[in-house]
Amino acid sequence: MGGSMTMSAVAQSTANAPETGSAPGEPLLVVRKLTKTFARSRSLMDLVKGEPRRRVHALTEVDLSVRRGETLGIVGESGCGKSTLARCLVRLHRVDSGSVTYDGLDVVALRGAALRRFNRRVQMVFQDPYGSLNPRMTVRATIAEALSVHRICPRREMPARIAALMDLVHLPLSAAGRRPHEFSGGQRQRIGIARALALEPDCLIADELVSALDVSVQAQMVNLLLELQERLHLTVLFIAHDLRLVRHLSHRVAVMYLGRVVELAETEALFAHPRHPYTRALLDAAPELDPSRRGSAEAAVRGELPSPVNPPPGCAFHPRCPVAIEYCRRVRPELVRLRDGRLAACHLAATEDGLVQSTEL
Amino acid sequence: MTTPLLSIRGLRTTLATERGQVTVVDGVDLDVQPGEILGLVGESGSGKSMTLRSILRLIRAPGRVSGQVLWRGRDLVPLREAEMRAIRGREIGMIFQEPMTALNPVLSVGAQILENLVAHTDLGRSARQARAVELLDLVGISAPAQRVNDYPHQFSGGMRQRAMIAIALASNPTLLLADEPTTALDVTIQDQILKLLMHLRATLKMAVILVTHDLGVVAQSCDRVAVLYAGRVAEYGAVGPVFAAPHHAYTLGLLRSVPDARHARQPLRPIGGAPPAPDTVGERCAFMPRCAYATAACATARPPLVSLSDGRLSACVHWDQLEANEWAAV
Repeated sequence: MGGSMTMSAVAQSTANAPETGSAPGEPLLVVRKLTKTFARSRSLMDLVKGEPRRRVHALTEVDLSVRRGETLGIVGESGCGKSTLARCLVRLHRVDSGSVTYDGLDVVALRGAALRRFNRRVQMVFQDPYGSLNPRMTVRATIAEALSVHRICPRREMPARIAALMDLVHLPLSAAGRRPHEFSGGQRQRIGIARALALEPDCLIADELVSALDVSVQAQMVNLLLELQERLHLTVLFIAHDLRLVRHLSHRVAVMYLGRVVELAETEALFAHPRHPYTRALLDAAPELDPSRRGSAEAAVRGELPSPVNPPPGCAFHPRCPVAIEYCRRVRPELVRLRDGRLAACHLAATEDGLVQSTEL
Repeated sequence: MTTPLLSIRGLRTTLATERGQVTVVDGVDLDVQPGEILGLVGESGSGKSMTLRSILRLIRAPGRVSGQVLWRGRDLVPLREAEMRAIRGREIGMIFQEPMTALNPVLSVGAQILENLVAHTDLGRSARQARAVELLDLVGISAPAQRVNDYPHQFSGGMRQRAMIAIALASNPTLLLADEPTTALDVTIQDQILKLLMHLRATLKMAVILVTHDLGVVAQSCDRVAVLYAGRVAEYGAVGPVFAAPHHAYTLGLLRSVPDARHARQPLRPIGGAPPAPDTVGERCAFMPRCAYATAACATARPPLVSLSDGRLSACVHWDQLEANEWAAV
């Protein structure tokens, strides 16, 4: 494919309804056009030269929705905005523009007591349990603090509640009197989960929950997550860069690149037939566990991630895309619904499905 | 089989800690053939990085390396430091996980390549300059003539790793030790670096020891693999047969811990418990407390690394009773 291509965008269904298909489970969390930028600190040279203050475009017009009771996986490489997205959803960051709706609630506008009530319903578990647990507090004190701040139960019921939570994450009750440094990485993650579950949330956001763990411990955590979701009917946002884990845990997967969602589909459809060239590259680059199926001697994708300070015009992936055409360099593709119900932000995929008419190919 | 390039026997490394001397490499035997990529795989604390460092004796005193490291027939363990320097960085190169800490931030990338060329080759000044640019080109850095004067902070993570490989290649090493070279990188960049290493191995006929915790990396890039557990070799052999039919219960457990695409959202079969603290194992199988196959025979003595068919080695008492790794059967 080459030459110029003029397209009239006649996508019937754009990203106004980012739920793929119409399977049961209504959307619990709906994100629309979410944008977040961070001010970049200016160097002395920039000041002297009078350069304008530059901004990092962490999230640009992100659209997605999470259905009640499902696990939505979010994958992408570092700098794609997946952690910023998680932090925006629980209001650890203020968003620049766009909306977040949780069970009909306008999350962006929440304040005071309403915000605390929301925080109780949506809990986040972080990648680094060293950083998110207070080293001076015992496990019991950590969980008790969460229980009392949110007034979950009367003080006299706390010991029983703590015992139940320890049991839920498969830690012995004797561990409650110990401090974080006395635990292994996997056990510390269990403590982080117990603290999050203490508030009886209906949605859990797991940001690289198992990334720092060894593979045998990872598997234990995967089993715990599956079990908890089943028992507590949790909605889970599973953010990770490990495709194998995301595939195993998620019902649907959103792929992010440079602050945007580029593809969102049912897990099996995404892994079996990726439609966005970046998704394809990501899948090809991930080393397969079967030595008899070796990939090509060529790398799956050339080049590196562009700077989010100065994102490329048109499709953000075009400088690395093996099939990019002139049009991709100029016009940014919208996230549109393809024929099979998935969402993708690629001109070529949209053309293939007849969603845009190309007057010249 | 050809004579191995590197032959390690009974390698033992101890480190000085607050609790006294702790053994982190506990009698490792390994062979590296010329031009092959050998993977050292295991979980954190299994001794894979320490084994790699011990080969070049990069162990700070009062830590100690003992045993035998035969490099082209010559034992490196008793060598004096001055003799060691003629091998370290020259015949045997090394690259690390964190290029930003391994590279010197106040020297340009070119200067750091030149340093190695001065130390290990007899090229003249202008020849060295040209060689530095050539090396950057070889590792896939675009516009190498311009980038040679850049400093490490001007490079991205993937390019820093490429620069580090260029520095290591300056002395034309016969063996490259790579300590988790792609662990800090994104998956598409990891793919680029691994393909680069495989390409360099093929064109330069250089052997590589690749330390990684990622079984997928081993499956996709190594010829042979040694699975380490608690500072000991559990299993050693060609990658295909080891993955298809593990002959050590630990290898089987590791492979089963990884999610299988055909059983989405089903519980995994993790290895229970956690690896032992260093030096607490004693004279028995180190994996015994976590092993589903363990019997009294595993507790009586340390199982030796036994030679099986096709150059396979296993230190598992029950190696012939293990179930097949089911994904391989399909």
